[in-house]
Amino acid sequence: MKRYVIAIYVENTYGVLTRVSGLFMRRGFNIDTLTVGETDDPAYSRITITLGGDDYAREQLINQLKKLHNVKKVKLLQADNTVEREMMLIKIPNTPENRSEVMAAAEIYRAKIIDYRTDTMCVEVTGDPAKVKAFIEVVKPLGIVEMCRTGVVALERSGSIME
Amino acid sequence: MQTPATKMTGSQIVIETLIEQGVTDVFGYPGGQVLFIYDALYQASDRINHVLAAHEQGAAHAADGYSRVTGKVGVVIATSGPGATNLVTGIATAMLDSVPMVAITGNVPSSLIGKDSFQEINITGVTLPITKHNYFVTDVNDLADTIREAFQIAKSGRPGPVLIDIPKDVQVAECDFIPQGVVEAYPQDEVSDEAIDQAVELINAARKPYIYIGGGAASVGMSQDIMALAEKIDACIGCSFMGLSAIPHSYERFLGMQGMHGQYASSMANKEADLIIGVGVRFSDRATGNTAKYAKGAKIIQLDADLAEINKNIPVDVGLIGDIASSFSRILQRCQPQSHPEWQEQIAALKAEGKRISDLAEQKATVPLTPKKLFDAINAVKDARTIIATDVGQHQMWTAQHVTFEQPRRFASSGGLGTMGYGLGAAIGAAVATGDRTVLITGDGSFGMNLNELATAVSYNLPITIVVVNNGVLGMVRQWQTLFYGQRYSSTVLNRKTDFVKLAEAFGACAQRVDTPEAFRKAFEEAMQHDGPYLIDTIIDMDEFVLPMLPPGGSIEDMITTKEQGANK
Repeated sequence: MKRYVIAIYVENTYGVLTRVSGLFMRRGFNIDTLTVGETDDPAYSRITITLGGDDYAREQLINQLKKLHNVKKVKLLQADNTVEREMMLIKIPNTPENRSEVMAAAEIYRAKIIDYRTDTMCVEVTGDPAKVKAFIEVVKPLGIVEMCRTGVVALERSGSIME
Repeated sequence: MQTPATKMTGSQIVIETLIEQGVTDVFGYPGGQVLFIYDALYQASDRINHVLAAHEQGAAHAADGYSRVTGKVGVVIATSGPGATNLVTGIATAMLDSVPMVAITGNVPSSLIGKDSFQEINITGVTLPITKHNYFVTDVNDLADTIREAFQIAKSGRPGPVLIDIPKDVQVAECDFIPQGVVEAYPQDEVSDEAIDQAVELINAARKPYIYIGGGAASVGMSQDIMALAEKIDACIGCSFMGLSAIPHSYERFLGMQGMHGQYASSMANKEADLIIGVGVRFSDRATGNTAKYAKGAKIIQLDADLAEINKNIPVDVGLIGDIASSFSRILQRCQPQSHPEWQEQIAALKAEGKRISDLAEQKATVPLTPKKLFDAINAVKDARTIIATDVGQHQMWTAQHVTFEQPRRFASSGGLGTMGYGLGAAIGAAVATGDRTVLITGDGSFGMNLNELATAVSYNLPITIVVVNNGVLGMVRQWQTLFYGQRYSSTVLNRKTDFVKLAEAFGACAQRVDTPEAFRKAFEEAMQHDGPYLIDTIIDMDEFVLPMLPPGGSIEDMITTKEQGANK
């Protein structure tokens, strides 16, 4: 099963996200991540979806998305020409044993400790999904209190824009 | 000169925009949250006709039937809550068969939205997967353009239903209204020359071409070009259920429907072909059977307005997405004239075998009134303009196999969704649209679902002949139980005591009961001359089968052509 990143330009109106996500449900597609936010033009939002599937599922998904009235552009981002980032906030118990480990990991991963309490530390990690996953593996033995990830945002490199 | 703006209420804008978009008839049912819209309808009743149904589902099917026979966008109006949810089956039916429709629902005032108010339902949420698009209008200033856009979406590309939900306060609010022209469909993509050339190359190389037409071809109205291509490349023509009535059935190259209950010759030719040119067909499971075995020896060209249909059910060699009529006529111009005598011989042999099989079944019949005799009589009495509507089940498949259509847009039947209870509403819509004689062929099961619309047919004195093909059972399900469930007839023997003749009379319609071919023919002739609705309760044998049949998930090799063969399955 391959992994794909799809960028979708949509009208920034009521119910668009429901229409897009509803499509996944009723066509039986399974998405890994979905992010959405306004673009430089507030009339439009950009949705980034990552999902796994075969070529058939990918083609069907893109074609079905193109049929939605509020969807203006759909593009499959080329993996070798795309920068991907996601952000994670992760809370780890602040114990004497953990403290130096977390700080070292944060240093190496160029993450930031954004909250420091007597009981927990919260770290902000930004990077591609592999880096985020690796950080989780590093701190897992220290105990994870809770965490959340934004899902992937992605752009193609250089002058490539969505048509 | 620009038309001056007029101050209007939302309700008036709804009606004025419908009139502006060329709507002359709407179907619906009033209620608390559309009172203002019905008030505006009343005031515009000299310019727009409202047909009151007995139930919102019937109104939705009527708008659908109206659209199928005219090509216009059908319009249905219903109130909030149950009025809106009653539309759901009708909207889904239109969606699955790509019928352009605009459904307008009222909703509770904006201040009561989201509070589970009386008769409040989030109908845009409910209809999300069964509409091409839907709207919840929050500002009266957006109302007219929303309705215009809804019409545009409904009729563009692959047509379909669009729903507009309007809260009551928006119906009352006022704003300026300036009438505009009828919206045009969005332009479709032009297929590239390279793609057309690829298709032409396949056609020029083919020895056994089969032109396979579907609902898309029927709705675009391209029968002349299709027959011209068949002549030019010496092809035969078959169709899906939705493609019936696109090609005159008297045309000698037309083999009829193929698929699960297709004509023997059409299904076999589809299998034997080395090239299938699919025109507005989606290769549904009912048409292909087991897709792994479907048309293995054939190259496939698919023309469709909907890009998501290409390669969805069947992988194709050339997919042409865009305006199918334009692509098709470019293919027609460019391909070389051909002659395939061997293919024609093979088709002639298949036709002869098909006839032998059906004659054999007919000879074995133990009761006088067989489905074939019934439909022979219908064909003999009806004329080319007669509209045929059906419900869903055995009677529907017999209609598909036996009824001869000579003109496009003379057939209204629920293909994709398979909606029992569709037919009477659709017949009402078709009769309102055309004034032409409309024959509803239904079953005792299907008819029982929405027979309340008899009231509507009588109220409007519509020229509808209702043939209830009555076998006392849910025949199609029973056929499956006979073949695949060891004759365990679970809940398919109706054992009802409904007297359809008395029932029709109680509604104010004429009716009689028949059980012989002669009596049926006489009754049918009388019904077709009758001024108003006329029901014929037609008693047939419960053990009649629809044959041939491809078992579900089976392929053409598994075709069942006789009852005996079925019994051994």
